[in-house]
Amino acid sequence: MNFLNLIWLIPLFPAAGFVINGVLGKRMHKTVVGTIAAGAVLLSFIVSAGAVFQLIQLEPEHRSFTLKLYEWIALGAAHTKSGELANFSVDWGFLLDPLSSVMILVVTGIGFLIHVYSTGYMHEEDGFYRFFAYLNLFMFSMLTLVLGNNYLMMFIGWEGVGLCSYLLIGYYFHKRSAGDAAKKAFIVNRVGDWGLSIGIMLIFVTVGSLEFTKVGEAIREGVMRGDFHVSDPLFIGIALALFIGATGKSAQIPLYVWLPDAMEGPTPVSALIHAATMVTAGVYMVARSNFIFQLAPQAMAVVAVIGAITAFFAASIALVQNDIKRVLAYSTVSQLGYMFLALGVGAFTAGIFHLMTHAFFKALLFLGSGSVIHAMHHEQDMRKMGALRTKIPKTFWTMLVGTIAIAGAPPLAGFFSKDEILWRAFSSSQGHVLLWLLGTAVAGMTSFYMFRLLFMTFFGESRVDHHTAQHIHESPASMTTPLIILAIGSIVAGWIGWPVWLGGTNAFEHFLEPIFEPLPIPHAPAIAYSNLAEAGMAAVSVAVALIGFSLAYFKYYRRSWEQQREIRQYGAAYPVLLNKYYIDQLYDALFVNRAKGAGKSLWRFDSNIVDGLVNGSARLTKRSADGSSWWDRWIVDGTVRFVGGFIKTFSWPVRLVQTGYTQNYALVMILGVLIFIGYVLWGTP
Amino acid sequence: MVPTHYYLILAAALFTIGIIGVLTRRNIMVILMSIELMMNAVNINLIAFANHLQQIAGQVFAIFVITVAAAEAAVGLGIVIAMFKNKETMNINEIDLMKW
Repeated sequence: MNFLNLIWLIPLFPAAGFVINGVLGKRMHKTVVGTIAAGAVLLSFIVSAGAVFQLIQLEPEHRSFTLKLYEWIALGAAHTKSGELANFSVDWGFLLDPLSSVMILVVTGIGFLIHVYSTGYMHEEDGFYRFFAYLNLFMFSMLTLVLGNNYLMMFIGWEGVGLCSYLLIGYYFHKRSAGDAAKKAFIVNRVGDWGLSIGIMLIFVTVGSLEFTKVGEAIREGVMRGDFHVSDPLFIGIALALFIGATGKSAQIPLYVWLPDAMEGPTPVSALIHAATMVTAGVYMVARSNFIFQLAPQAMAVVAVIGAITAFFAASIALVQNDIKRVLAYSTVSQLGYMFLALGVGAFTAGIFHLMTHAFFKALLFLGSGSVIHAMHHEQDMRKMGALRTKIPKTFWTMLVGTIAIAGAPPLAGFFSKDEILWRAFSSSQGHVLLWLLGTAVAGMTSFYMFRLLFMTFFGESRVDHHTAQHIHESPASMTTPLIILAIGSIVAGWIGWPVWLGGTNAFEHFLEPIFEPLPIPHAPAIAYSNLAEAGMAAVSVAVALIGFSLAYFKYYRRSWEQQREIRQYGAAYPVLLNKYYIDQLYDALFVNRAKGAGKSLWRFDSNIVDGLVNGSARLTKRSADGSSWWDRWIVDGTVRFVGGFIKTFSWPVRLVQTGYTQNYALVMILGVLIFIGYVLWGTP
Repeated sequence: MVPTHYYLILAAALFTIGIIGVLTRRNIMVILMSIELMMNAVNINLIAFANHLQQIAGQVFAIFVITVAAAEAAVGLGIVIAMFKNKETMNINEIDLMKW
């Protein structure tokens, strides 16, 4: 069986699931709905695994398989920047190469586990079928995004996942906050999508194609011919436009504000969309466009700096948040910052590697938090938790694994990917020691806030209220099994990128190498570091993580959490951190309220000027109609009535003849006949 | 052989009785019967002249008149029944719709 020719089925299965559940789900049993949804994703995963397995069998340089289903848009000739005409033709085509292989395996694999988890988590919810229909639609969009062989198909998927994100954040649409969060996510993403669409248009205008492979080749040839240069303002522009798109979807400064609010959605959605898959679309897109970014080192510097700052900024907010999902949300923003830091310093593989490992442990942590919330009857506030360790042991142990993994302790997944990023931030010719310092500080903070979460939730004194405490229960197997599988994944996922300095081969990096082949442009000479230096750096980051852990240990484990103590420790910084640096308020003042004000003044213009004109013309029409009605009633009708009345008045003698008695008429008739006969007989001479 | 003017006198008498019936009686049924009388008077005239002039057309015409009279009686009685259903009366003076 040739799975490679079947890759078009991968997005199709969830699409079919969406249609079936969306149309018929309301009338089907919950088990059937859940089975269809999860089964569709499982089929996708099987085909993906088969296809990737066959791709690996090929020689590394041939590991790029394009499947074109049909020509989707054929606009014909279009002008490009160089003055030549290019054929604007977009195929409905799929591209399977190492990069999309990683993405589809992560999306379908983790997606399947989250679908299974959702059947347990969402069991009591209304609109069960709606949830799974949206979830399948999301899977379809996400797989189109990562499997599409051109920028336009990626854009379709990009918008599709945005839509599903909106729908699922607003799943509890009867809650005002959920509706607001959904709108916020959608609107903030519009800003990013604007950048992405500009970038895509510029790409076509520059190279005359939208297919990833063709764009890559065209740029490579252009560089060799000398048409394209490093630091060409055009490429910096394209790269920055694309990065604006990435900041929207992947929640980077300045467009990260929607992601923490997106936690209003159900927890499996947070795990799937807002941690493991959709938010990494920006990372995927930048990695996919690496040939463009390579020509724009300035843009890459922007990416790296934004990534590092976002990582630090979000981690600092996560330090004091009390909502278990918000901590994880800011953690996600922070980890995405890591990925962009990696991309920005040219370590595309490291970014994708962290994307993959992060998908495992962040999905695990979110699902674990969902399990906690499930046990606590929808209580998300960690101030009302504590000492849950023995009550929900499976959740505790799996979340412990996730926490250790994200903290970066060897040999769990997070260690390998995070360490590679930090090392490349330091050692790459595009890196900088300040970026490394920021990254390392974030590693410490990550460790701190994650263990704070763990200790506040599972250790210390119980702050659970009496009523809830009696009903705490471990989640069903449909929820704990995915947790256990993800926990195993969080341990072993990093091993495929076992670094050279630890005696490994870093198979993951070699697998992705063909995608990120450097362009033939002058590179700054890479400084050769010994394995020992890398090992030393790793030791430093592990040590920093350990410091974070011990701080959390002393502050939240040795003594149970107390609000007053925490507030005192941070001093003046506490309200700033708790209120997320007042960024939401700032955006409200700068953009939201301005936009609202502009809308209000437009509304006033509408209600006063436009409506005034309409109402005025209506009043004028009414006046003239009144006049016309008077004319009609008195002059026209008057004449008619006068004529009628005149005739009526003067016709009374005549009408007396009409008696209505048949016999009168007959008599008159007979008299007439007699007169006539008389006239005939005697009248004529 | 009866002379023709005997027939004519009989017919004129019958016709006159019919006219008087139509003009004076108030019952619709009687009026209808009077009309029949008038028509038969005409028939006698037709036959008499047919005999007198030795022309067959008069007899044929009389057959036609009888046929039409039968149809007229059917229609007339139908109208009378409909009228009675609506007005619950046979009195012609109460049926004065032909007024202004």
